[in-house]
Amino acid sequence: MTVLHEPPTPSPTTGQAPVPPWRRPPRTDPAPLLPETEPYHRLGTDREPPEGPDRALWRTLHRHLVLGRRYNQQATALTRQGRLAVYPSSTGQEACQIAAALVLAEQDWLFPSYRDTLATVARGLDPVAALGLLRGDWHTGYDPHTHRIAPLATPLATQLPHAVGLAHAARLKGDDVVALAMVGDGGTSEGDFHEALNFAAVWQAPVVFLVQNNGFAISVPLARQTAAPTIAHKAVGYGMPGRLVDGNDAPAVYEVLADAVRRARAGGGPTLVEALTYRLDAHTNADDATRYREDAEVAAWREHDPLPLLTGALERHGLLDEDHARQARDAAEELAAGMRARLNAEPVLDPDDLFAHVYARPTPQLTEQAARLRQEAAAR
Amino acid sequence: MTSTAARSVSLAEALRRALRDALAEDPTVHLLGEDIGTLGGVFRITDGLAAEFGPERCADTPLAEAGILGTATGMAMYGLRPVVEMQFDAFAYPAFEQLVSHVARMRNRTRGAMPMPLTIRIPYGGGIGGVEHHSDSSEAYYMATPGLHVVTPATVADAYGLLRQAIASDDPVVFLEPKRLYWSKDTVDPDAPPDVPPLGRAVVRRPGTSATLITYGPSLPLCLAAAEEARGRGWDLGVVDLRTLVPFDDATVCAEVRRTGRAVVVHEAAGFAGPGAEIAARITERCFHHLAAPVLRVTGHDIPYPPPLLERHHLPDTARILDAVARLQWEE
Ligand SMILES: Cc1ncc(C[n+]2csc(CCOP(=O)(O)OP(=O)(O)O)c2C)c(N)n1
Ligand SMILES: [Mg+2]
Repeated sequence: MTVLHEPPTPSPTTGQAPVPPWRRPPRTDPAPLLPETEPYHRLGTDREPPEGPDRALWRTLHRHLVLGRRYNQQATALTRQGRLAVYPSSTGQEACQIAAALVLAEQDWLFPSYRDTLATVARGLDPVAALGLLRGDWHTGYDPHTHRIAPLATPLATQLPHAVGLAHAARLKGDDVVALAMVGDGGTSEGDFHEALNFAAVWQAPVVFLVQNNGFAISVPLARQTAAPTIAHKAVGYGMPGRLVDGNDAPAVYEVLADAVRRARAGGGPTLVEALTYRLDAHTNADDATRYREDAEVAAWREHDPLPLLTGALERHGLLDEDHARQARDAAEELAAGMRARLNAEPVLDPDDLFAHVYARPTPQLTEQAARLRQEAAAR
Repeated sequence: MTSTAARSVSLAEALRRALRDALAEDPTVHLLGEDIGTLGGVFRITDGLAAEFGPERCADTPLAEAGILGTATGMAMYGLRPVVEMQFDAFAYPAFEQLVSHVARMRNRTRGAMPMPLTIRIPYGGGIGGVEHHSDSSEAYYMATPGLHVVTPATVADAYGLLRQAIASDDPVVFLEPKRLYWSKDTVDPDAPPDVPPLGRAVVRRPGTSATLITYGPSLPLCLAAAEEARGRGWDLGVVDLRTLVPFDDATVCAEVRRTGRAVVVHEAAGFAGPGAEIAARITERCFHHLAAPVLRVTGHDIPYPPPLLERHHLPDTARILDAVARLQWEE
């Protein structure tokens, strides 16, 4: 180990060496701090799928990937038809979305960003309620407490300190709760990313940070965000482990996240997980991705699409029977049909709602404005 | 309330007592801030609280205001009632995004499912000879953000009473502490603090018949002094202490202005797009036919807060207030 500071010399009068306040006790944490620079894989390797319950896990992940892909396609189509204001698709990133949702226990909390609608649905949220923000009938279409899912966060990385605070609060209360917070590669440049990781490490809060590194922040490639060897390496400076994983390898993402969740639950503190992935669609329906990336690059990533990747692995190991495939397909079509039916119906809107929740009780000013709006509406 | 145990208490001590009583009564109250633990805060408002309630209830955090408010937001999401201390007005700015984008909106965003019962204490204002970044009056930023309550005490009784109410509120409260009044004193019984009117209510500190001075926080003693001085010039000035900038107490302010027909708004913050602009507009909209003169403002200049040796040229003083009163078209 490199010694950063020379040991202080004992005082000639007291014989005692001063203890510099900046010196901290040596870490007893066995987790290696320097992340592997090669992403962790499970699929496409020679490793056998696991025995026992984990064998079922691969099939569960697969079923969710099939549903997730269909969800993304249907939401994108509904956006083209004007039923959603915007949809930041996670097509190509479904392995991260699904693993993040499935790895959590019921009492845990998920902190998604705008791209992570699918993760909320995989955690059990109503697929249409999950789209409230993007449909535009309210900022959040669900009560965060029912599935312990924070509102989708739009200002980048601002949800990360919330996850830390919530996890810290739960620990103060003695509750067994882990928070998993999702952020993109671009979001890691924000100050809130730094502050959240620092607080989490200092407090040893039970938090897992999942960075979906899809190589771009809208149009800006990762090389313009950071000069770090990997984003996972950033963990080192905070005193927490960082893990790099193939983000399109669903079982691998699940395993790495599960390790991190276990560690947090056992009091081991936070982990930073960087999942390497790629968004196959444009940033949103409003984006033109051809302005900043080559078709060849997209084509190459299509070869590493999380869905066929897992399908192939299941087939190779004889785990994909016709029954499973059909059931997954049917469930996906049912999901899509339900989305179409419900999102094609006109949303119920009440302008009174605009004033109802700003404060616990509307101020006299808001009561007055609400009354005026009602009058305006009546006069029209 | 009068009591045999009444004694001289500073505004700082009243704030400390409010925090102490809140911590003692409600286990969900948690204090977070920089140097608020062992040191007791740079203004000593939390002195002794970490010793009494432990380092988790009165916690020294890493030095990062966005992180403090961001994590406090998460704690509030889990049902705690965090009370955050920002060390100085200008050092609250890093937390602005969390305040505006999340704290102020979380209740609305979630249709009331996720209220934000948190209090953000900010020592503010000048007059203490502070170097740059230690004397800002930032209330207009907070007032312009729907979803926040903005509260500022000017008396010892209000320091205790309003802070207790702020902490008990299920809405986020930006609690602005006039740092130049920290050492001002009043005689109260700290064990039997007087009841004060609720958040959202202004108080007439001095009834008057000639004109009404409308003010808050650090400028209240100044306005009371100006009203005293004005007697010698034949004016009987009333003084309204707003106490709560949001929600704004139109009723009390308008009742006073309708009686006197003349009003001057006094604050340290810059005048342009400052609190006085809103107050003057509200009075004009509601009391136009009762006004004998335009509503005037005595405020700080529209400049970055000056260096300490020049701040007396910036801050409102009684002379400036009386000049404004003199311009209230008495002849017409
Ligand atoms: C604070 C903030 N700045 C800018 C934006 C606008 N914006 C939305 S998404 C985005 C790119 C984010 O990239 P990344 O974090 O990599 O996530 P991805 O979209 O790739 O999932 C930007 C700049 C924002 N939402 N928040
Ligand atoms: Mg990205």
